[in-house]
Amino acid sequence: MWQNLLDWIEYRIPMMRVAKMHAMEYPAPKNMNFWYVFGFLATIVLINQIVTGIWLTMNFEPSAERAFASVEYIMREVDYGYILRYMHSTGASAFFIVVYMHMFRGMIYGSYQKPRELLWLFGMFIYLALMAEAFMGYVLPWGQMSYWGAQVIVSLFSAIPVIGPDLVIWIQGDYVISGATLNRFFALHVIALPLVIVILVFLHIVALHEVGSNNPDGVEVKRKKGSLKEEEKTKFKMHEYYTSKYDIIDDVVPFFPHIVLKDLVAFCIFLLLFCYVMFFNPEMGGYFLEHPNFEIANPLKTPEHIFPVWYFTPFYAILKAVPNKLMGVCAMFLAIIFLFLIPWLDRSKVKSWRYRSGLHKWNLLVFAGVFIFLGYLGGTPQEPWKITASQILTFMYFGFFGLMWLYSKNEVTKPLPERITK
Amino acid sequence: MSNTPVNNDRRRFLTAATSVVGGVGVVGAAVPFIASWNPSAKAKAAGADIEVDISKINPGQLLRVEWRSKPVWIVRRTPELLASLAKNDDMLRDPNSEEDQQPEFARNEYRSLKEEYLVLVGICTHLGCSPQHLKDGAFAAHTEGVNDGFFCPCHGSKFDMAGRVFQGVPAPLNLVVPPYYYIDDNTLLIGSEEGAA
Amino acid sequence: MKKLIIILSLILPSMVWAAGGNVHLDKANIDPTDKASLQSGAKTFMNYCLGCHQMQYQRYQRTFEDLGIPLLLAQENLQFTGEKVGDYINNAMPSKAAAKWFGAPPPDLTLASRVRGVDWLYTYLRSFYTDPSRPFGVNNEVFPEVGMPHALQELQGVPSKTHEKRMIDGEMVDLYVGIKSDGSGELSASEYDKTVLDLVNFMAYVGEPSKLESANIGRYVIIFILVLFVLVYLLKKEYWRDVH
Repeated sequence: MWQNLLDWIEYRIPMMRVAKMHAMEYPAPKNMNFWYVFGFLATIVLINQIVTGIWLTMNFEPSAERAFASVEYIMREVDYGYILRYMHSTGASAFFIVVYMHMFRGMIYGSYQKPRELLWLFGMFIYLALMAEAFMGYVLPWGQMSYWGAQVIVSLFSAIPVIGPDLVIWIQGDYVISGATLNRFFALHVIALPLVIVILVFLHIVALHEVGSNNPDGVEVKRKKGSLKEEEKTKFKMHEYYTSKYDIIDDVVPFFPHIVLKDLVAFCIFLLLFCYVMFFNPEMGGYFLEHPNFEIANPLKTPEHIFPVWYFTPFYAILKAVPNKLMGVCAMFLAIIFLFLIPWLDRSKVKSWRYRSGLHKWNLLVFAGVFIFLGYLGGTPQEPWKITASQILTFMYFGFFGLMWLYSKNEVTKPLPERITK
Repeated sequence: MSNTPVNNDRRRFLTAATSVVGGVGVVGAAVPFIASWNPSAKAKAAGADIEVDISKINPGQLLRVEWRSKPVWIVRRTPELLASLAKNDDMLRDPNSEEDQQPEFARNEYRSLKEEYLVLVGICTHLGCSPQHLKDGAFAAHTEGVNDGFFCPCHGSKFDMAGRVFQGVPAPLNLVVPPYYYIDDNTLLIGSEEGAA
Repeated sequence: MKKLIIILSLILPSMVWAAGGNVHLDKANIDPTDKASLQSGAKTFMNYCLGCHQMQYQRYQRTFEDLGIPLLLAQENLQFTGEKVGDYINNAMPSKAAAKWFGAPPPDLTLASRVRGVDWLYTYLRSFYTDPSRPFGVNNEVFPEVGMPHALQELQGVPSKTHEKRMIDGEMVDLYVGIKSDGSGELSASEYDKTVLDLVNFMAYVGEPSKLESANIGRYVIIFILVLFVLVYLLKKEYWRDVH
């Protein structure tokens, strides 16, 4: 009976075939470590944001008059409304934490190299859409930081020669940031950008499953058909979609249950941290929810110190480091564009930093440090020494890409293992 | 490496235990989402009990008040009207208020706590319109021989002056009597029964 | 040595005060579970603050219920505006006129504790001092040029910046010893501090009324996740046994 129903469905839509191809019989390298859980976590956070977001729109009122009050209505009058709101606000920061970890993983293990360039590009587009999504979402509570943050970011477009000032007015739909701006940001935040992100995530996963997962050794687990002896092939049953084209080495596990269980262990740890913040410390010392944002937007009074939420501060520091308006905006956008170009800036044939030069390892670590330090500079009140510091760090930020392009051509690398180690 | 589990029982037990605990987690996580659809604290405050001064209602007059955003009628019935109610019994669907449309205290001939004052939620039990109060013979146009009653303009349902539904109309049930009690002779509290508040 | 400590203890606070914009804030040791303190704070707020400042996002009923005050009792003793218990904590002050009187409309205080922080509020309310150059005759250490009169003066008395003559190293020195009341208020200095602390506690509650419930639920959630973690970890171990 049950089997008949499944067969009936399977004949019409390939439910089990997809489940087998992409989960139960999908070959995943067995050595995917701690760094490999963040993609799974990002998916979970995305689902969290979508579901809590839908629920928040049930009581949020996107107008300059009611937005701030309706957020407090959710916090005070709706049963467990504060839990829904904190899930969403904590989720926003959590999203960027896991995405930054996920991106750094890609960088240290060379997951952007051939044949995964498109995979990296889709990922970068997700990151870009996510930044727009987060920015517009932050405007919605209509607090002081929402308002003045929007003011500053939208004003960036005024740096564009000739059309800049008119473009800003067009984006705002008014001569200042106003209710009209809030309404269009609301529409983009709840409909347009989530749709774009979901589609991009789908493409990201399709691309991943086409080329297969990379791993900390950078060893390809799919080999040319007929190149492996029988005892070297995996003993797990893998889908014939893969086995008909390749020999799969005995270093893989099925995605389900092995990798999923590993991800779930990480998920529990993540959930523990997430719930700690959400239930006990939702403001996270003013980093996840900034203090001035508990004051309603006031177009006549700028807060004493204004900075974006922590996940934008590295780029904000780059913007502030350049003393020319147009050049500053260009530097900021270039900082993101260079991330897109990594697959072509790195000319090495070896993927993982495990088998690459000491110079490359240091370059990556310094880059991570520079990014964090820039974040600190962009997120704390302006002081004279910080301008010099952020100029040096901006130089180092771009230096990472230039250096990599130079040394990676003829880099001295260690010999690659034939099989996955451990 | 082998594909055969080392310990099948342990594996099965752990899978079941994790699924059950995980299921509890999913149910727990669903609670805030489901609970948030309840009336908010503000809506509940707006739907609280109301006090009504009934000292100014003249005999035969209907006072309309709002309770939980619904119309509530308070009618001061004359002795003649009360006396005429029993005549309708043959024409009614539920003359003895057997259906659960009123608090226990109003399951009587007059469907009220005190005979004189009728308290009803003014919403037709058919599809939710608010019927009209037709009095002093105006109702006779719809039901011969009955001078006073409630007539629903939407689909023609008819109720007598105890809120009881006539036969042959779309409305299936008598009009609802809300919970209420008298704080004193002149003040009515609508929303709770005595002692329950 | 002893002398040095005395000098330091007298000079250090005044040095910190002198730092101006970056004033030292006293720690407000509030206890959100202390109902008596919250009730006292609510009383102070309704009597002294609500005349000018609203809490327009918070309702009376919720407040009274959370603070454990019976509704009827609370309506008689804490509600002076004639509104219903289900209403928001508003006042009748027209904000345009208020802007004229004070230079700016008195801000809504529902979320003041989350904008400024409790330490700031606690220090601010204890830092008014007499300054005849200001329209209301008072200024504030924490908020220079403040446009607000000292609403709690009736309780504190008239506060002023006080200097005392002290004998240090055989010399008489004129030392600034902080803001002192002239003692004309209803409360002693320590009673006043406690009253302000209770008020700040109440404001912190209104800033985030679900905080206690949230922490309560959070504890169970954390325990639950730990249990889930153990099970998932064991299950993962079990399945990975046939890999390594």
